Amino acid sequence: MKRPAPIGLFRAAFVLLGKDLLIEWRTRARLNALVFFSLSTLLLFSFALGPDTKLLERNAGGYLWLAILFASTLSMGESFRIEYENACLDGLRLAPADARAIFLAKAMGNTLLLVALGGLLIPVMVALYGVKVVLGVGPLLATLALGCMALAAPGTVYAAIASNARARDVLLPLLLFPLIVPALLASAKAMMLVLQGDPMNQLNSWFGLLGGFNLIYWGLGFALFPRVIED
Amino acid sequence: MGKFLRMALPPIALGLLVTGHYIGLAVAPPDREMGDVQRIMYAHVPAVWIALMALTINFICSVVYLFKPSWKTDSLAEASAEVGLLFGTVGVLLGAIWGRPTWGVYWTWDPRLTTAAILLVSYMGYMALRRFVEDPEKRAVWSAVVGIIAAVDLPIIWYSVKWWRSLHQVQSSPKTVDPEMVLPLRISAFAFLAFMILFILHRYRIALHERQAEVALPDALPTDGPQANRTPGVV
Repeated sequence: MKRPAPIGLFRAAFVLLGKDLLIEWRTRARLNALVFFSLSTLLLFSFALGPDTKLLERNAGGYLWLAILFASTLSMGESFRIEYENACLDGLRLAPADARAIFLAKAMGNTLLLVALGGLLIPVMVALYGVKVVLGVGPLLATLALGCMALAAPGTVYAAIASNARARDVLLPLLLFPLIVPALLASAKAMMLVLQGDPMNQLNSWFGLLGGFNLIYWGLGFALFPRVIED
Repeated sequence: MGKFLRMALPPIALGLLVTGHYIGLAVAPPDREMGDVQRIMYAHVPAVWIALMALTINFICSVVYLFKPSWKTDSLAEASAEVGLLFGTVGVLLGAIWGRPTWGVYWTWDPRLTTAAILLVSYMGYMALRRFVEDPEKRAVWSAVVGIIAAVDLPIIWYSVKWWRSLHQVQSSPKTVDPEMVLPLRISAFAFLAFMILFILHRYRIALHERQAEVALPDALPTDGPQANRTPGVV
């Protein structure tokens, strides 16, 4: 009798990603909560700073990324909570597939969710803070995608750790926030350049930083993740 | 060896600290621009050096643990992170005290200060993780992963925030500094090094005993306490 070959890494990752997206599509619990959470964060920034439209317009990129960052800690913690419920993660580990596929699937799922969230928030930000997208949609989407990837890769590793520990709601931001400082800095700077124009041609260097950050953390997460979820 | 070091190091460290600070405070000349304020350097610079050294030990232990798990490596990682955090906090506080008369502010958002603040917060997170995980084996693996990720992040933060303008002076080399200032700095650095080894030795011993107690308890004691839910044989 021929033994069935183990499933390839990328195939397993996409199967898992499909499963997560299906769960998300059927319940829509996570995205709904995230949208309202981050919308109220955006509103709160304008309340906290007063109705100074110039100030809001100048800092809009930073506020957008803070809203996405706060939402991301909720969303990434949730992405592993559904696996620990009913010991689903044990099932995933027992499957004849590479454990690194779980990392790829979870990180891609988190990226997609954050990009979708950002796509919903940007029109609201444009209306609420009165900004113009000077550089157009292409650089805007590139910034959004690179920034969300940079949040998702280390966030996925840390969420897998934190969701199994005591005080998980405190632990994830505590571990993640200092780590993603470069990503937040670069995404906020790039977003401000996209919104206000880029006369000095600095956008590419911030994209370079985001690209390097992504490369390092997707690589580290890919290599270290099997050790995180082993039993 | 450990016992000998624990006996011999405290007088050595204390002697070096007193000598270095005596020369630094009384013998070495005051700085031309900063005057006597500069003398805080004899404690600030060695504290930060030693903090970075201890955190490098933590990084090495984290990598080694993932390849070859052992309670000793895990205990050394815990000890070095805590001692590194201690020296780093001392260094940052001294730097803030120095910054007030020199720059006019305790704190400013210059790359080096920002990096130092992030360093302290990262390793506070690392220490919190160690407290929040009860299973010793999981704690060891997870904190090794977090230790590696935190250490890799620091150079990235350093380069990313460097693209803002800078205020902190660049490192001085022995060539640019008066030899009378180099001597007390060197002696203080060795004093701090001796203290680091001493602290790490003590902390390592405590951590190792804690690990051994954690691992031994569920099997050795009758299971009627809160440990009763543990699966027997799983350590």
